Amino acid sequence: MEAINGLSLGFSHALSLTNLGWALLGCFLGTAVGVLPGIGPALTIALLLPITFKVSATGAFILFCGVFYGAMYGGSTTSILLNAPGESGSIITALEGAKMARNGRAGPALATAAIGSFVAGGVGTLGIAFLGPIIVDYALVLGPAEYFSLMLLCFVTVSAVLGGSALRGLTSLFFGLTLGLVGIDLQTGQPRMTFGLPELFDGVNVVLVAVALFAVAEALHMAWTHAEGKAQLMPVGNLWLSRADLKRSFWPWIRGAALGFPFGVLPAGGTEMPTMLSYYAERRLVAPEHEHEFGTTGAIEGVAGPEAANNAAAAGVLVPMLTLGLPTSATAAIMLSAFQSYGIQPGPLLFQTQADLVWTLIASLFIANVMLVVLNLPLIGLWVRILKIPTPQLYAGILVFATIGTYGISNSITDLLLLYGIGIIGMFMRRFDFPVAPVVIGMILGPMAEQALRQALTISEGDWTTFITRPGSLTILVVAGLALLGPRIYKLWARRSLVG
Amino acid sequence: MPDLLAGLFVLAFGLVGFWQASAIPVTPLYAQVGPKAVPYVVAACLTALGVGLVAAALRGGWSAQIAEVAEAGPPNLRSLGWLGAGLVANLILIGPMGFSIAATVQFVLVAAAFGSRSMARDVIIALPLTLLVWFLFVQGLGVNIGAGLLESAILRLMGQEPV
Repeated sequence: MEAINGLSLGFSHALSLTNLGWALLGCFLGTAVGVLPGIGPALTIALLLPITFKVSATGAFILFCGVFYGAMYGGSTTSILLNAPGESGSIITALEGAKMARNGRAGPALATAAIGSFVAGGVGTLGIAFLGPIIVDYALVLGPAEYFSLMLLCFVTVSAVLGGSALRGLTSLFFGLTLGLVGIDLQTGQPRMTFGLPELFDGVNVVLVAVALFAVAEALHMAWTHAEGKAQLMPVGNLWLSRADLKRSFWPWIRGAALGFPFGVLPAGGTEMPTMLSYYAERRLVAPEHEHEFGTTGAIEGVAGPEAANNAAAAGVLVPMLTLGLPTSATAAIMLSAFQSYGIQPGPLLFQTQADLVWTLIASLFIANVMLVVLNLPLIGLWVRILKIPTPQLYAGILVFATIGTYGISNSITDLLLLYGIGIIGMFMRRFDFPVAPVVIGMILGPMAEQALRQALTISEGDWTTFITRPGSLTILVVAGLALLGPRIYKLWARRSLVG
Repeated sequence: MPDLLAGLFVLAFGLVGFWQASAIPVTPLYAQVGPKAVPYVVAACLTALGVGLVAAALRGGWSAQIAEVAEAGPPNLRSLGWLGAGLVANLILIGPMGFSIAATVQFVLVAAAFGSRSMARDVIIALPLTLLVWFLFVQGLGVNIGAGLLESAILRLMGQEPV
């Protein structure tokens, strides 16, 4: 009941005109930066930090949370329309979303992403208010052994994007794993796979690789197969979700939100793993009559699920920050420093000492969520017009856009060389039918899995049985094994019983 | 035999991986799994996959079975040439000339690659757009992407010192 009292107190503060104004400003700024590639919520909030000297703590945090939620909404827009994800959480959205846009279903894709974000934001915020402190207790029990098992579970998801040939799909995965190894080894400080070039010591940015493989490679491949004198326009089609779309999106939203929130709470969770798992789940659970849409014309389930998972995970990130003072993402780290500049120390006592602030913040998250869906749904009509631009100018624009995002982050020509070079590799991958999604998955999971493996073995003093003697880790491994082998065993068993 | 080339490329990539894994300095720190182990495993798998792809290519390759590839004509070299020129122009110009000019040249060349006929019109579209984006980044977001010739000139006209 404490949570309900808290929320009513929070809403009474948050609904004041000034605080609503801050929320609106934050949502607007957040949506804008979410659309731009390379500029994420962390950078935007860092740029807004100086206002902590002039504005009350409540106002500032309402603004920051608006930016945070807004960026999650905006991030899917470029993924769907331009196949150029703005941040790592929306990479998976691009897989099906861009295909839907290409087939005249950009409107429904954007709408399911926006409503999915709304549902997940709501579920996630409820989670913060009611479940947060309980989940955190469990999350802290997980050690590197469990994280490594979780990542093995995520590797199972690769099988959903391998495409026609395991040989070529696995080649893509290992190409991604190799790219993920580039840079300084976090445990020993040795440079790896850098050819001795200092520019590569920081590693290769995963968003850069996704933009290169999705957007740049696509433009190059379009040029390769360009037929002279034939003007093509992308079909725009229906703007809104049909009843069937809504029905197909509903459970993916719920499942995505339920998957995303706990991952956000995990100290090493993040938004990438739940989006992958949600994509895998939707691909497996989709109704048989829509199964062929995955990877061909674009399946709405593959947008609705991951996008909900992304937003719920983003909400979950706020839980360890508020209850433990533990930042688990770059954005949370910057918000934490904002708390400190007000002399507030987030932690177990925050809900008691700063009850006003915390509950106003949580209430504002609900308000921001409503504002965002109201702001974003009418914008769909505007965004979809981008696809009406004639092909020459559209692809020229996409390449310039990809360049800005990359150059804007680092000011480095080395990064531009990488963007174009990986784009050229991506063009050949498309020509030779190598799937590109496993590259990105390998790049994200590889380094995380390696760190977790080595930490777990350091803790267990080199005892490999640590992965099966810890109950949490064993449970996850069993789930991973079932996800991988279950369908095959089931098929075998079904065939046997048919023969027998 | 383009498939064979693709297989050989993957094989070569795996071998480069081996070379780079062996080049990782040996660490004095004790670790059960050191910094070299995973790179070696990844390189070994990639090399094995490369061998597999070469073998598949020698047995006739896989491209012929993919309808999209089999039906496609020869690559459009004119189009690829213009697009490549656009990418190279941006790499060369972005340092000395600044973002807006480099991006405008890139825009015009890429649009030409896809059959745009009026370069003048493309310049008129691209230049204001890239300038707007530059101001958005630098003035709006405070992300410094360096002022080039054009941006500095405009800043001076506005009475500001170029960054």
